[in-house]
Amino acid sequence: MIVRQQDRVLVQGITGRQGSFWTERMQAYGTRIVGGVNPKKAGSEHCGVPVFASARDAMDQAGFNASVLFIPPLAAKGAALDAVEAGAKTLVMLTEFVPVQDVMEILAAARTHGCCVVGPNTAGLVTPGECFVGIMPGFNGNIFQPGRIGVISRSGSLGTLLCLNLVRAGFGQSAFIGIGGDPVSGTTMREALERLDADERTDAVVLVGEIGGAKEEEAADYAAGMAKPVVAFIAGRASPPGKKMGHAGAIVMGDQGTHASKKAAFEAAGVQVLDMPSGVGPALSAALAG
Amino acid sequence: MNFEEHAAKPLLAEAGIAIPEGAVAEDGAAAAGIAARLGPVVVKAQVPAGKRGKAGGIKPADTPEEAAQAAEAILGMTIGGHRVERVLVEGRAEIARELYAAVLNDPANRSPLVMFSTRGGMDIEEVAATEPAAVRRLVVDITSGFDRTQAEDLLSGLDIGPAGAAVAEVLAKLYALYRARDAELVEINPLVVTADGRVLALDCKLALDDGALPRQGELAEAGAPEPMTGLEARGRDLGLRYIQLDGPVGVLANGAGLTMTTMDAVVHYGGRPANFLEIGGEAYTKATAALELVLANPRVKSLVVNFCGAFARCDVMTEGVVAAWETLKPEIPVFFSIHGTGEDEAVALLKERLDMEPYDLMDDAVKAAIEAAG
Repeated sequence: MIVRQQDRVLVQGITGRQGSFWTERMQAYGTRIVGGVNPKKAGSEHCGVPVFASARDAMDQAGFNASVLFIPPLAAKGAALDAVEAGAKTLVMLTEFVPVQDVMEILAAARTHGCCVVGPNTAGLVTPGECFVGIMPGFNGNIFQPGRIGVISRSGSLGTLLCLNLVRAGFGQSAFIGIGGDPVSGTTMREALERLDADERTDAVVLVGEIGGAKEEEAADYAAGMAKPVVAFIAGRASPPGKKMGHAGAIVMGDQGTHASKKAAFEAAGVQVLDMPSGVGPALSAALAG
Repeated sequence: MNFEEHAAKPLLAEAGIAIPEGAVAEDGAAAAGIAARLGPVVVKAQVPAGKRGKAGGIKPADTPEEAAQAAEAILGMTIGGHRVERVLVEGRAEIARELYAAVLNDPANRSPLVMFSTRGGMDIEEVAATEPAAVRRLVVDITSGFDRTQAEDLLSGLDIGPAGAAVAEVLAKLYALYRARDAELVEINPLVVTADGRVLALDCKLALDDGALPRQGELAEAGAPEPMTGLEARGRDLGLRYIQLDGPVGVLANGAGLTMTTMDAVVHYGGRPANFLEIGGEAYTKATAALELVLANPRVKSLVVNFCGAFARCDVMTEGVVAAWETLKPEIPVFFSIHGTGEDEAVALLKERLDMEPYDLMDDAVKAAIEAAG
């Protein structure tokens, strides 16, 4: 779930407006895009790469290890299964509103085929100085700089804000992992944290969570045993209970998924919880000095 | 999307799970008419919320007159924030056993979960907490599914008596319904065994996955609408996620996480937000409509616009806000913070068209907006 410059990336839905816009930006930043998929435009070229009828064809004719989906919600399952069955090792699902049972089917197939799914409803993955896959402003030097802080975020926009504050404080990122805002995710916050804990290029981790679900509590459980410093920000303290706050997963039900519960879990695990994203620089400086 | 009991139960019947005979009434006379046909009945408040019994929203009635009285007492109550507009009047069953059955999405296991308990009719979370052994759970492999054989395994060793086979059948049918309808949760509590040995679903709680509504056809229309203010409904019609709050600081941001955080910042620095409104995702081109929505709330005294563009491009969003500002000419002050995709173009546009500079930090834009709101 950390993307590297040598990764061979397929773009499913490359010919759409967003697919084209982001493919060009990924290419300009250094992401090795090897092809795209659109069954209706197979055989043509788009953004300088061949368009295939399926991920299967792309695997046979170009070879890829990661795929990113610019595909509408109800078509996402078909495209994802195509990539998984073709042998993708990493699948980045940007799409929001994919039916949850479709996601469960995709994840079951991914387990069988040994594919790591990131998302759905994620903004993607960034490795500053190397490449990015998805819809993050990886190319914006005010937000992403090569460095040694790993960032894991449920939200793209809020992850962007935390990265901005990191760069402003003189830090850079070893990797940004967007896990997405849905309740059922291919990569959980805990799994991403385990990956960054094992990553030699990462000295400390910033977790960007929000109300709803139990992903932060699961991550806190793992963070308790980590030597690397971890700091967290949890969005939604001022949000009313019982309402979906934009993300399908961001809803407080009764006393489940509250800001207080997540904050308590992190603090019990020795993870500092920030009041505001702008506090991330000083908190990391102190944690790394200590 | 949640469903009231009367809208959920026909789906059980379609799936082959027996339900009591009954009908919906909106006044006492109609309730009496149904009771005259069915004999002893139960009159039940129809709201998409739990704990209706504890709130006094479920009453037995032996005669049509009692049914009318019960209905009149229940109609107009407020339960779980919902006003009761209708009651379900159902024939009363003689209950021998109360069981619990549910199928739901389990985010922790990223799979469907089947739950069963012989302690029906109670709050299942309470049962799980006080008597964990009384709740059986099975994480289902969605690829292979859940059939009657697995249901029998799940029930094995439980004392359900001669109704065991019928209960296993109900569990398998409930799973099929969960899959066919894209449910997040379908729960029968209680699932009863009657004195004459029938298995009946006395209640049903159903929540559908909003993401799957487009492929559920007419079913989406049978769901209970969320209680909304006029502005919230207008937001929904525009495809914008807007939640009205009671403070004076209007909030416009992109993405759910950033919008929540902007609200958090307003509260953190001593202010009160007027709304949640995010225009991220596919909605980022709707900045003009979004701004009109924020300004339509008469409580709004200042506005903070916080963009951190990733997928949503700051230049597109800012263009929308600036265009709306030029048209609407609002008299309230606005404070921007803009970073990310399309930032340079957005900042240039703001300078040229509104002669404004964004704040570098969200924190400072928020503080200024709070001060301006007074």
